[in-house]
Amino acid sequence: MKGRVHVAGIGVISAIGTSIPETLASFESQSSGIRNITLLDSIHHDVLPVGEIAWSNEELADRLSIEPYVTRTALLGIYAAREAVNDAGIDLRKWRAGLISATTVGGMDKTEGFFIDFLKNSGSGRLRNVVNHECGRSTEIIADDLGLDRFISTVNTACSSSVNAIALGVRLIAHGMLDIVVAGGTDSLSKFTLNGFNSLMILDNKPCRPFDANRNGLNLGEGAGFVVLVSDRVKHTCGLRTESFVSGFANTNDAFHQTASSPEGRGSFGAMQQALAMSRIKPGDIDYINLHGTGTLNNDLSEGTAVKRLYGDHFPRLSSTKAFTGHTLGASGGIEAVFSILAIRNQCVLPNLRFENPIPELGIQPQVRYESGLEIVHVMSNSFGFGGNCSSIIFSKE
Amino acid sequence: MAVYVKGIGNISPQKTWGDTTLLSSPLAYVGDRLSCVEPDYSQFVDIRQLRRMSRILKMGVAAGSMALQESGIKVPDGIITGTGYGCLEDTGIFLSKMVENNENALNPTPFIQSTHNTIGSQIALLLQCQGYNQTYTQSAFSFENALLDATLELKDNPAKSFLVGGIDEITDLSHTIQHRFGIFRDRSVSSLDLFNTSTDGTLNGEGASYFVLSGEKGENDTVCLDSVATFYKPGMQYLMDGIENFLESASLKTVDIDLLLIGKSGDKRFDSEAEEVSSRLFKSCAIGLFKHLSGEYPTASAFAFWLGARIIQTQHIPQAVIHRKATRPQRNILVYNPYFGEYHSLILLRSC
Repeated sequence: MKGRVHVAGIGVISAIGTSIPETLASFESQSSGIRNITLLDSIHHDVLPVGEIAWSNEELADRLSIEPYVTRTALLGIYAAREAVNDAGIDLRKWRAGLISATTVGGMDKTEGFFIDFLKNSGSGRLRNVVNHECGRSTEIIADDLGLDRFISTVNTACSSSVNAIALGVRLIAHGMLDIVVAGGTDSLSKFTLNGFNSLMILDNKPCRPFDANRNGLNLGEGAGFVVLVSDRVKHTCGLRTESFVSGFANTNDAFHQTASSPEGRGSFGAMQQALAMSRIKPGDIDYINLHGTGTLNNDLSEGTAVKRLYGDHFPRLSSTKAFTGHTLGASGGIEAVFSILAIRNQCVLPNLRFENPIPELGIQPQVRYESGLEIVHVMSNSFGFGGNCSSIIFSKE
Repeated sequence: MAVYVKGIGNISPQKTWGDTTLLSSPLAYVGDRLSCVEPDYSQFVDIRQLRRMSRILKMGVAAGSMALQESGIKVPDGIITGTGYGCLEDTGIFLSKMVENNENALNPTPFIQSTHNTIGSQIALLLQCQGYNQTYTQSAFSFENALLDATLELKDNPAKSFLVGGIDEITDLSHTIQHRFGIFRDRSVSSLDLFNTSTDGTLNGEGASYFVLSGEKGENDTVCLDSVATFYKPGMQYLMDGIENFLESASLKTVDIDLLLIGKSGDKRFDSEAEEVSSRLFKSCAIGLFKHLSGEYPTASAFAFWLGARIIQTQHIPQAVIHRKATRPQRNILVYNPYFGEYHSLILLRSC
């Protein structure tokens, strides 16, 4: 790999905002997006709070001026990807540009509806509700919307997916195969995932408390986050003023259990350590860690243990933003990449809501207030998933 | 840069594992669904663990083991999987139960095993492989994306080895739904006659193919992956230029291709495009077909990778594959795989 890969644009939609300014305002005012379900049709709507985006599919489609029957995952993806491309202000068609997206549910929200009729009679159910089921379909729909046909790919490594999508984008640019990559991820809420996590008994029926001693599970969320990655040549030819570049990343596997993380966090430790090595910086050079921090007993203890192994007792500023957005699964790495870049852009750190007491074994005290006016040069973001998939990525100030 | 093929494991609707001569007695299927010829899984996984695994997990683990065994590598540096549909069986089970039980009393196991990365992570868990672990799911680019990923990494670190695969399963539910889209043939007496009758529709297929790839040549390596390319919704001219540029990057011309393995599906609505490519660019080239043996599925190009690699290794083209006869040694094999008109991919295999 040679040459820097720069971040030229960012776009995000989540329960705390449908634009960068709105998202930032929610962090500053500590306004969480975790509420009771209003749109998703589930028996758990009064019981399990989620990070839901207030716009219905029809409203989203209307704002995007597209047909409303595509899946919610695709709609959210188009929304954030367009925002990122606008933020970059580059004409993608002039370059070798590709799209690498990540998703875990794909078109499941529509498939669920299809299955109600289909299970009664296998000749029933509208095919248009299942035609976009595949994860890769959401990427096709976003690529077609943006006019990107040079390269498309979709990653599904569960909740670490988006970081791996961004990493592939960086590698393709660094190897001179593409000039620009729009990379990130999108996942909508679905009954499938809500019931899946509920059956695992790891959903908190109250707003989640990542890294708190009394944390009791996660809240699901939905959204999309994309970054526009560009080569040196694009940056200089277009005269772009970029604030950050991707300096390192790593992907490991915990290889411990299908859903649980190892007690010592061997996968997450390896991911952080290898990402730091690629960035050629020391742990102490990191100014802010955006933790995976789902709020489950297992994740936070395992991730915290890995962080403690890396830092001893001298932690950098760190927080989980999932108490704001909920866990957006395959989109979380993309959304939190945008948050990490925002920390560099605004020289700020983002708060960890609802934190009261540190986990006794760790003594980690996350950042509880939005704080700006800091010097933020290197930000690390963690994303871990089922199947032991662990990924870390480091964004650095230009 | 060349990437060397160190080991191969392939489970498909043909007997493609164990001691058999390459496709010497091809199996014919009646109807529109080709199912894998599966091995005895207990030779690869502990029986207690097998009970919890869906069919795609078993096929993936077994194909991965076969590839590693052939390569002599115990634990690779990473595992990269491509799957168009992912774990359909577990997805279908959880979804159906959720609807039937109205979101009550659900067993989490099928949910846990429903994500696409379950296959690659299950292999990692069994091997205790803590290295790179990646899963791509982009329809008929899934396997190609996995090959590209391995190639990029091996360019930087040739000494590493990766287990790279393409895998998809058919389930009763998926087959019923896909059939309603009118993509499969209504009447098919023998799958081996796929290309002898011209009609709409193809045959549904599945398979699990894993390959051990490394950037360093070993004594016994005879096949390498030269390059891979994908074309999403290309126009005909863009595609043809793309194929020529692709070969030019490998310092080859179309006449240098010793065998073109075309992923024609038997569906006349889409095969005309592939025929145009072969008649305009590969006029005198030997041609082989394979989807009457594998069926059509997103990662069918992994079956073609297996076939091409075995042809180079054995210098024998099975009779069932030949569409236009080869008259020269097999050094350069190009897999051209079109998929429902929208996805086109190229994989160049060479002898080394």
